[in-house]
Amino acid sequence: MAKAELDLKGEVCPFTFVKTKLKLEELESGDTLVATYDHEPAIGNVPRSLKAEGQKIISIEEIETGVWNITIEKA
Amino acid sequence: MIGGFNEEQIRRYSRHIILAEVGGKGQRKLLDSKVLCIGAGGLGAPIIQYLAAAGVGTIGLVDDDVVDLSNLQRQIIHGGNVGKSKVLSAAEFVERLNPDVKVVPYETRIDASNIMDIIKDYDIVVDGSDNFATRYLVNDACVLTSTPLSHGSIFRFEGQVTTIVPGEGPCYRCLFEHAPPPGMVPSCQEAGVLGVLPGIIGVIQATEVVKYLLGIGDLLLGRMIYYDALNMTFDEIKIRKNPQCPVCGDEPKIDSIQEELYGESCRIW
Repeated sequence: MAKAELDLKGEVCPFTFVKTKLKLEELESGDTLVATYDHEPAIGNVPRSLKAEGQKIISIEEIETGVWNITIEKA
Repeated sequence: MIGGFNEEQIRRYSRHIILAEVGGKGQRKLLDSKVLCIGAGGLGAPIIQYLAAAGVGTIGLVDDDVVDLSNLQRQIIHGGNVGKSKVLSAAEFVERLNPDVKVVPYETRIDASNIMDIIKDYDIVVDGSDNFATRYLVNDACVLTSTPLSHGSIFRFEGQVTTIVPGEGPCYRCLFEHAPPPGMVPSCQEAGVLGVLPGIIGVIQATEVVKYLLGIGDLLLGRMIYYDALNMTFDEIKIRKNPQCPVCGDEPKIDSIQEELYGESCRIW
């Protein structure tokens, strides 16, 4: 299973979700994506939207103040 | 670049990409699609607007008319272009709206001699013509080439719209086998039309085209929407495939496009 990364620091909603979704479309089922955000509303919005499309959120982790990694497993 | 989309495209198409039924994959399908629009007038104008905005990658436009001041009561995209070819005016609009879209201009009248050559390059045809001769010609050519067709027509305060996928449902001739006799129906120029009417009907046609290209939802197959703007009603009429249909029936009489069938609306069958 491949593991991909996506740096979305500086990006705001809804493009945080749009870009995460586009990146997931490039991956295979079971692959993992670690995406990084510094736009706080994204930490609520992106996982909610991804779950609505059937994606699996593995973890949400604040790696430094105001910066989060969301780990997603592609359905 | 993510998923083959550049930064500008990600922003432009974001509201499509967000939709679960579209996504980046659906948007890519639209960008790779080719749609032929017959007419760049009342129906064509809103069709062109929304297909171009949606990022349909190639739009063929057929029209031999020039923009007249009396068109601007309903043909929004031609503003400022009185006297200019409608096809070139529409192409200018599309270029300003979305540079991803390539317009293939046909500054000609679609007829029996050119239709088969023109439609062969397209995934689906949208009929925005204003006369029976063209309507039957386009229907027959689409049936003969198995090309899907969105049909729309307008009259005064009323419009009708249906989608034809040859082999999967009835065609326009299943519903109306022949054109009405000459003089029975006034032409658009004589009848007048409420300016917003083609906006409603054309946008329904564009919706059907986008759904067909994406492969989502239920198309108007075997169904015709009949819209009455005065009473503000949408009625749905079921259409059955006619086994005796002269073009898509069991023993079709029409097996090629012959000019004598479509010369004048009064001479159609």
